Amino acid sequence: MRKLFGFIGALLAVHVALLFVHPSGAAAVPTGHALEVGVVFDLGGRGDKSFNDGAYIGAMRAAKELGARVRFVEPGEGSDREAGLRLLAAEGMDLVVGVGFIFTDDLTELAKEYPTVAFAGVDYAVTIGPDGNPVAPPKNLAALKFREEQGSFLVGALAALVGDSKKVGFVGGMDSPLIHKFEAGYRAGVKQVCADCTVIAQYAGVTPEAFRNPGRGKELALSQYQQGVNVIYHASGSTGLGVFEAARTLKKFGIGVDADQYKEAPGFVLSSMVKRVDNAVFDVIRRVNAKTFTGGIYSFGLAEDGVGYVYDEHNKALIPDAVRQRLEALKADIVAGRITVPATR
Amino acid sequence: MNARFRTILEEGVLPPLVALAIAMVAGDLLILMYGQAPGAVWRMLLEGTWGNAYGFGQVLYKATTLTCTGLAVAVSLRAGLFSIGAEGQLAAGGFAAAVAGLAIPAGTPEFFAVPVCVLAACLAGGAVGAVPGVLRAKFGAHEVIVTIMLNFIVLALLNYIVSTKLHVPETLHTPELHAGFVSRLSGTFAVFHGSAANWTLVIVGAAAAALWWFLFRTRAGYELRAVGLQPDAAENAGVKVGAAWRNAMMLSGALAGLGGINFVLGYKGYYEDGFAGGAGFLGIAVALVGRNHPLGVILAALFFATLSQGGLAINAMVPKQLVEALQGIVIVAVATSVPEVRRIVRQAAGKMAGGRA
Repeated sequence: MRKLFGFIGALLAVHVALLFVHPSGAAAVPTGHALEVGVVFDLGGRGDKSFNDGAYIGAMRAAKELGARVRFVEPGEGSDREAGLRLLAAEGMDLVVGVGFIFTDDLTELAKEYPTVAFAGVDYAVTIGPDGNPVAPPKNLAALKFREEQGSFLVGALAALVGDSKKVGFVGGMDSPLIHKFEAGYRAGVKQVCADCTVIAQYAGVTPEAFRNPGRGKELALSQYQQGVNVIYHASGSTGLGVFEAARTLKKFGIGVDADQYKEAPGFVLSSMVKRVDNAVFDVIRRVNAKTFTGGIYSFGLAEDGVGYVYDEHNKALIPDAVRQRLEALKADIVAGRITVPATR
Repeated sequence: MNARFRTILEEGVLPPLVALAIAMVAGDLLILMYGQAPGAVWRMLLEGTWGNAYGFGQVLYKATTLTCTGLAVAVSLRAGLFSIGAEGQLAAGGFAAAVAGLAIPAGTPEFFAVPVCVLAACLAGGAVGAVPGVLRAKFGAHEVIVTIMLNFIVLALLNYIVSTKLHVPETLHTPELHAGFVSRLSGTFAVFHGSAANWTLVIVGAAAAALWWFLFRTRAGYELRAVGLQPDAAENAGVKVGAAWRNAMMLSGALAGLGGINFVLGYKGYYEDGFAGGAGFLGIAVALVGRNHPLGVILAALFFATLSQGGLAINAMVPKQLVEALQGIVIVAVATSVPEVRRIVRQAAGKMAGGRA
């Protein structure tokens, strides 16, 4: 037993010695009057190549261009969401951002508790009151909403025009209202340019796990391609990597979602429906910086550059000029209100 | 030294301490790898948890759930079974409590509503636990595999029910309960303002005490432990091994289910899909570190809760993966230090005895 106590003692000695080590690059406690911004990520966290990373990019751009000081918190479980927001709000941050619809209740509660702090929620779910109208969020809370159906509409038209087989595919992640929005816009876009086209829409599952299942994504995509589909649009997180894998195998096309996913399968990603979370987050930080921030519902659609489709030097060769012109005309129609895109199936 | 005291020290207290010491040094090294000063990071961790009432309240809140899942795993281990099912049982318990709270008409007095919801949580968890228990007792199906698979089934089923039938649109949670709320500590002690800690911790503490009484002071508890130590011997002595296994798994499930009320009744007032968030799996580590003893489980739950909340507090300096890695190191250290420690101790004791002779 003496040996064991010796062992514990030795470890403690090492530990105490290490406590005094101070590496040169260690962070000092920041001081100053810069704009302070706190961002709490969804459970997916950094590196999802989707909206968490989008929020990160937007915040970092604000750090560079506006000199904002940004702090990030990655929660580990459900109750950490509120704890993370509270931690930042209690520190007197100027703006606290929650990334993901799951923050809705926590943000609403904290915004009431800290009326002098500005809050913003990406994909904040606005409640519908008993009178059928949306309930306005607290005055110091900005709900950043995206019109995903508008971007999906354009890639739907793109899929139908380029696919040229009267059949186009859709792979969704979790079978849920949020993803139905993507499907609804996509279907409407397909019908707009090709009335007799059919859309094969399938979902990877009914749990959040469905957003992380590339194997299932590949399976669904392979079967859709076998049925004569040439282009598949996915809205399924990393499940979509399986869709691209299938596209590469069979030399067909996939369409990415949220971020530009061209690099996942160069040459086989026709385009991506991008959701510019970075622009939305940057925009709200800019408003706080310029002292023009007000709460309310901010809607980011095609008109605000909040959603869109990718057309750049990578996929230019895949999209004929005539198709590009058609898409731009459709986009102008939506922005001008001549076309209304449905958000529900 | 008193022999009984010595056994407790050697087998119960020292292994977790060794693990803790190893984890601290490993943590220092990990922090240095990120180029931060260990002293500053540990200080921030302590200040963010035990250093202020809010942080401490969060630790208590997290420890409450972890105590339940830790006790659940501990009961199964005492019976010689290894339940991985606390995650699903925890979710089932929380869901049942929410359904009970929604079924009760609004305005029901809390002294009636709360026990009904708590009972529902325990029954639901116990029912899920009964499945691997009965399958093991009747057919010899391995409880590890059954409980793992049952987690998937339960979580997928709950997700289906919540996302298609019970949720508030655009969210993943049920409507707010009509009755059955457990008030927060901050209602009585204002310093806890904002923290999720609530009076469920008294219910859970009572459950831990009752479990201690059951395991070490009743005949059924003795039988359960006898089956765990040596089923054949227990059977020869007249214990019904199958029944003991079934009861242990049901009790285990009920305890895990009880954990669900912490979130549902005490914190949010509704069931949210995915609220368990790994607390069931972490319960395995809690039971291991707590050496399957109710008191040890409570202490281990406090420890892991501190790490979890502290991880959030130090998130500005180091990524959360560091804390996750630290949890893993503690678990590995405990798991290996137990037989290891015994061997070293026995050798040392042998030498000392040899020296004296």
